[in-house]
Amino acid sequence: MNKIWLVIQREYLSRVKKKSFLLATLLTPLIFPAIMAIFIWIAVEEKENQALRIIEVVDENDLFFLESSEQYAFSFSSRSVDEAKDMVKNGDRYGFLYIPKINLEKPEGITYYGEENPNMNLISYLRSSLKKKIEDQRLFESGIDPEILSQIRTSVDVKAITLDEGGGERVSDATVNYAIGFIAGILIYMFIFIYGNQIMQGVIEEKSSRIVEILVSSLRPFQLMMGKIVGIAGVGLTQLLIWIVLIGTLTTLVTGILGMQMPQQQAMELAQGEMTQAVPDTEMGEILAVINGIDFVTLVASFVFYFLGGYLLYGALFAGIGSAVEAPSDAQQFMLPVTIPLIVAYMGLFVFVLQDPNSTTSFWLSIIPFTSPIAMMGRISYGVPFWELGLSMGLLVLGFLGTTWLAAKIYRIGILMHGTKPSYKTLWRWIKSSY
Amino acid sequence: MLEIEKLNKSYGPNRALTDVDLFVPKGVIFGLLGPNGAGKSTLIRIINQIIDADSGSIQIEGRKLSPSHISKIGYLPEERGLYKKMKVWDQMLYFARLKGLSQMEAKKRISHWLEKMDMGSWREKKVEDLSKGMAQKVQFISTILHEPALLILDEPFSGFDPVNAEIIKDQILELKQKGITVILSTHRMESVELLCDQVAMINKSRKILDGSIREVKNSYRPDIFHVSLEKIQSPLPASWEAVEEEGQWHFSKALDGKTPNELLAELMNYGQISRFQEQVPSMEEIFIHQVKSSAHE
Repeated sequence: MNKIWLVIQREYLSRVKKKSFLLATLLTPLIFPAIMAIFIWIAVEEKENQALRIIEVVDENDLFFLESSEQYAFSFSSRSVDEAKDMVKNGDRYGFLYIPKINLEKPEGITYYGEENPNMNLISYLRSSLKKKIEDQRLFESGIDPEILSQIRTSVDVKAITLDEGGGERVSDATVNYAIGFIAGILIYMFIFIYGNQIMQGVIEEKSSRIVEILVSSLRPFQLMMGKIVGIAGVGLTQLLIWIVLIGTLTTLVTGILGMQMPQQQAMELAQGEMTQAVPDTEMGEILAVINGIDFVTLVASFVFYFLGGYLLYGALFAGIGSAVEAPSDAQQFMLPVTIPLIVAYMGLFVFVLQDPNSTTSFWLSIIPFTSPIAMMGRISYGVPFWELGLSMGLLVLGFLGTTWLAAKIYRIGILMHGTKPSYKTLWRWIKSSY
Repeated sequence: MLEIEKLNKSYGPNRALTDVDLFVPKGVIFGLLGPNGAGKSTLIRIINQIIDADSGSIQIEGRKLSPSHISKIGYLPEERGLYKKMKVWDQMLYFARLKGLSQMEAKKRISHWLEKMDMGSWREKKVEDLSKGMAQKVQFISTILHEPALLILDEPFSGFDPVNAEIIKDQILELKQKGITVILSTHRMESVELLCDQVAMINKSRKILDGSIREVKNSYRPDIFHVSLEKIQSPLPASWEAVEEEGQWHFSKALDGKTPNELLAELMNYGQISRFQEQVPSMEEIFIHQVKSSAHE
């Protein structure tokens, strides 16, 4: 036990003390707030410097009205089409909207002319304004008073409440749950790949430099393998912890500074894009309510569990592969059985789990140990029945015990084998042999 | 010190060791000889508990080989390596602690050895910045830091220049003085004759020879004597192929069933004997002879 601890220490310290670790750990979290700051800055600059764009509207029906905004002003006239087109070409007008005499039942021929490609916002604004006007007109013609109509129009908001087994209720929101599942799943996926590779590199280094012969005369190969896997897990957890702290502080700082320079509301809108622009202020409060509704203890505990469980399961396999080859380039041939379930889990997260967390496919993806670390994190914030979580966790523990046992059998022989490139058949013989 | 009985090991269809018995007394330097692939490395790995034997028993100091012996054995493998990115000091500390030394004790001994071997200025250097010879010295010290009772050296001189090889040789002899048992596995017969008290030879998975250097040499006496005669009284038979040099006749003569005294008496009739010396085979000759003769079986 004492010897495993020595190996863990060496593996951990030799990596954490490296300059490259320090650099990657400190710079990566700086990138996120930096990108955010740049976006907000660009958006603010753009909004401030934008010239008002005037759009000529020729409406042969004399029916439509478009409300001007900060960005666009609409000038209505009865100019001819060619005349209006020339104005656009001369630069007198940003664009020109032509509405010919139309049949309200089947409106056709509405055209927008512009010097440059119109952006999505403008087109969708034009479309929705025209559509609304046409609909109102048709309702009016069929005898319904628009006044009454606007009274009838109601804004409906479906509040989602999840009932838990204890009889409690919590507010939930698909978007927030999606985001949590998405981030947690991707973090685990990346962690497994990056640190799994480090395990493999480490094993190959010890094997090819022949240090391993001295090491295994002092401790069991299994101790050496586990020490390396656990030590590198420590490196990953350290990195994650530093990132969370750094990203947290920096994001608060950046939004804080920018928040002081402009009204809170505007900053929010810019930061979150067009989506929030249309929604009422209460939305923020609701998101907070949703976040409050999430069981963070379960979420964090299961994240740490699946984070480590997935890593241990795949880490052992990476160690096994590393022990069988002499150079990283030789490892390719054995990587497939490791990469495929990982990619299945990753794709499954987006295609099935996040779309419908309670479907049969999502269920199985989150139960099978090879995919569960990533898939279950996509489901967890939506609420998972206790027995499913228990089954999935239990199987994951069995899963990594199994891969560790398998990898250890390959490892203890592989690390001492030189000169021959093993095939799957040789690996199988090693697993079966008692040595 | 080390008693091995009926040790067997095979890898699939290939036999690596067949019924090997070995007895290594305490405090000797024991040469383990044999061509490549004979089974030496397998034997060494089994003693180091890196791999398990199929059958047979091993006892160290009268007790069955167990993990508790790890701290009593020092092992320098033929193919050796160090962590390139690790500093000399950290590396030595790591190996010493893996062998069970406490942090404090390990540091004390490393300081002592670095001083003794004149390597004090290397402690903060990374292994990749050392020359090959320097790295070998670091490796050798790492092997003996925990003061093993049994030291197993596999080709310890390969990779050393003559000066450093001499230093290592002196260290091995010094360790022997302290009562440490050394197993030296090598092809280099001159170092065997120089250092070893006892030898065993393994070929094709079997032990084919063992004993003290003198015993082995005795059993391989070709019974040939080198003779020099002067003041010749009667002509020497042509079949003796004697060569004359400054009034001295030199030739080799086999005993042919006679005792040395009888041969001597016969030779006295021809002249005055100025040299009568038995031809002693070198370990190298014995080694080659043995390997060749077992190849013909």
